[in-house]
Amino acid sequence: MNGPLSVVTIVAALALAIWCLARAGLNRAPSRFDLAAAMALSVLVAALVLVAVAGLFDGSRPSETGTFIGYLITTIAFVPAGIVLARMEPTRWGSLILGVACLVLPVLVLRLQQIASVTGG
Amino acid sequence: MAEPSSPARPRDAAINTGLGRVLLFVYGIFALSASARATVQIATKFAEAPLAYVLSAAAAVIYIAATVGLAIGGRRGRLIALTSCTIELIGVLVVGTLSIGDKAAFPDATVWSGYGSGYGYVPLVLPMVGLWWLWRHRER
Repeated sequence: MNGPLSVVTIVAALALAIWCLARAGLNRAPSRFDLAAAMALSVLVAALVLVAVAGLFDGSRPSETGTFIGYLITTIAFVPAGIVLARMEPTRWGSLILGVACLVLPVLVLRLQQIASVTGG
Repeated sequence: MAEPSSPARPRDAAINTGLGRVLLFVYGIFALSASARATVQIATKFAEAPLAYVLSAAAAVIYIAATVGLAIGGRRGRLIALTSCTIELIGVLVVGTLSIGDKAAFPDATVWSGYGSGYGYVPLVLPMVGLWWLWRHRER
């Protein structure tokens, strides 16, 4: 859970967040590029979640397994939910939705790492 | 880069479009996180801080109501959102003040503790933005 994949995910999410927030500030609707970038980020997140799920079956589970699984489901669905809403809103506010989604995602990943680091019990 | 800027917003646009959709998204996040938090707290350690956990659950219900109100829109949705944003603002101010003044009653954090400092003060700002948005879209 603490591997390079989560670092890459966090950095990519923050970079995309800055980009989308700037687009919203410049009064631009989400472009095809923005949506494609968000989808690429979703794929990255999905890979991260799959690695975490695989980790659940190799012995050391987080002590709060239920919370961990809840966070995993939220994390994998989060950016796609933002994309769906952003597509419904072809204005600057759609860019803001993508920006917020990309800004909150690193928090989810950090919380996942935090919960994963407390094992046993 | 001949991209058109988004057009000006009509004054009678629905509350669940534009910035309203951003609010809907953020309220949805809070509805989810507050209810998940309250569920875990009440299920695993209710006896430790019953007041804080009941408040957590109440906050979760308010966020869900605000999300639903913003989502359905119209006169009824606006009323639901207005009510829940108002309760939310009062809640974050009262709980925020109490959690700083009376630590014994709040040994464990809720969404509203310390004026929502655990959530980047978004719980404090969100109802204000929500109320402003609803006021801007009042019936006239």
